Amino acid sequence: MAEAAPKLDTAPLLAVRDLEGWYGESHVLHGINLDVAQGEVVTLLGRNGAGKTTTLKAIMGILAKRKGSVTLNGRELIGLPSRDIARAGIALCPEERAIFSSLSVEENLMLPPRVKPGGLSVEQIFEMFPNLKERLSSQGTKLSGGEQQMLAIGRILRTGANLLLLDEPTEGLAPVIVQQIGATIAMLKQQGFTIVLVEQNFHFAASVADRHYVIELGKVIDTIPNAELEENIEKLHAYLGV
Amino acid sequence: MFELLGIAPQALFGQLLLGLINGSFYAMLSLGLAVIFGLLNIINFTHGAQYMMGAFVAWMLLTYFGLSYWWALVLVPVIVGASGIVIERLMISRLYHLDHLYGLLLTFGLALIIQGLFRNQYGVSGMPYSIPPELQGGTNLGFMFLPNYRAWVVVASVVVCFGTWFLIEKTRLGAYLRAATENPTMVGAFGINVPRLITLTYGFGVGLAALAGVLAAPIYSVNPNMGADLIIIVFAVVVIGGMGSIMGAILTGFGLGLVEGLARVFYPEGSAVVIFVIMAIVLLIKPAGLFGRTA
Repeated sequence: MAEAAPKLDTAPLLAVRDLEGWYGESHVLHGINLDVAQGEVVTLLGRNGAGKTTTLKAIMGILAKRKGSVTLNGRELIGLPSRDIARAGIALCPEERAIFSSLSVEENLMLPPRVKPGGLSVEQIFEMFPNLKERLSSQGTKLSGGEQQMLAIGRILRTGANLLLLDEPTEGLAPVIVQQIGATIAMLKQQGFTIVLVEQNFHFAASVADRHYVIELGKVIDTIPNAELEENIEKLHAYLGV
Repeated sequence: MFELLGIAPQALFGQLLLGLINGSFYAMLSLGLAVIFGLLNIINFTHGAQYMMGAFVAWMLLTYFGLSYWWALVLVPVIVGASGIVIERLMISRLYHLDHLYGLLLTFGLALIIQGLFRNQYGVSGMPYSIPPELQGGTNLGFMFLPNYRAWVVVASVVVCFGTWFLIEKTRLGAYLRAATENPTMVGAFGINVPRLITLTYGFGVGLAALAGVLAAPIYSVNPNMGADLIIIVFAVVVIGGMGSIMGAILTGFGLGLVEGLARVFYPEGSAVVIFVIMAIVLLIKPAGLFGRTA
């Protein structure tokens, strides 16, 4: 199971070392270590408040106070403003989706500028999410929750960013939409995107990911390859308190 | 009908035109305030002083460099807008992490300093600025005499207002601006340089005020207090229209100019306060303003 081990054979696309982060005075991340290989889908699992979302925000550079090291293809990003991290090829789909109410669906979709060649075309995005095409002129926040999630994912696929940080994309959505998002993630993986996924829905996580990092109290406490999930299910349930 | 109301049509249309002229300035100034407030979250009290600077810089270009009104229309917004950019970079940008109140105090203080400097240099009597030769004279419309320059001011201001509306509501740059107004963190995380967008927006809003100043120079005398007198009314206009609404600022500006004109015909004693009475009523009934969105 060489490809599933936490130490990767090849140099990782994303390497996070001793990442610490704060919200104001409160110290939330206490030294996160992650490696994500090119083309991998990994999840961050853990209880509420463990630091999963904060880890994504710290990688993206939108957590004001952070230290440690985040490298993408060996390039250090920790001191950069988030706009430069985005330009390096990382894109975030935040938990609250952040669809802009003063923008139409089309404007929301076209908002993030291209940062690299190789993003999906608008046509490809419409193939994935046909609903969006029919509602282009609607106000962004008039869409249903599922459609807003599709828009939030769709708009970062255009930009050419090849590392996607998806924060609970299935939260609060109907099972049929969750399936559609699962299929989308599988397709994105096929196309070579690298994905870090925060998920509460453990079954969903198991269906799409290569590896799972378990986070507790702002630290990675375990790494479980998806292939060894069965053997570790008891342990994982204990971690997650389910 | 006019006889019925006991009002001469000349007087009515004259006052409506005057109202429309005033409304043009209300609209352009409140538009700049609304754009700045939307993205920077500061109430730009320097706006009146920057409008005054627009008129003065036009006067200086003519007096010291012999540059005509038409040059001033192009150069003044750029020059005064650039001064706004310097102010934003050096001072205002240091206050974004603090309460709105600090931005208000800073810009209010700046307004006093700028007005003081101009008063010191040029006195308060005012400098004449003549109407450009191409726009002198007037047209007899039958029911009233329309001075060409005043017609030009109304047309120019409508074009500027709707041009700005188009820029903000219909272009890619405008989409960045609206998105950054809602959620600057996320817009930055998409790779857009939000601090630069903020600086340019302030420069643009200040440039609008300066442009209004150039248009005003031949109508009102160019004097250091011209902005301070106007800006209080403009703030009332912004409150009535609703902070941060672009179309609201434009329509309210023109509308209140007309209302003021009508008041001057039908109840002259109330014309100076009518806007503030409307403001009080709007605040009571719809605190977010006529076009404002409640957060």
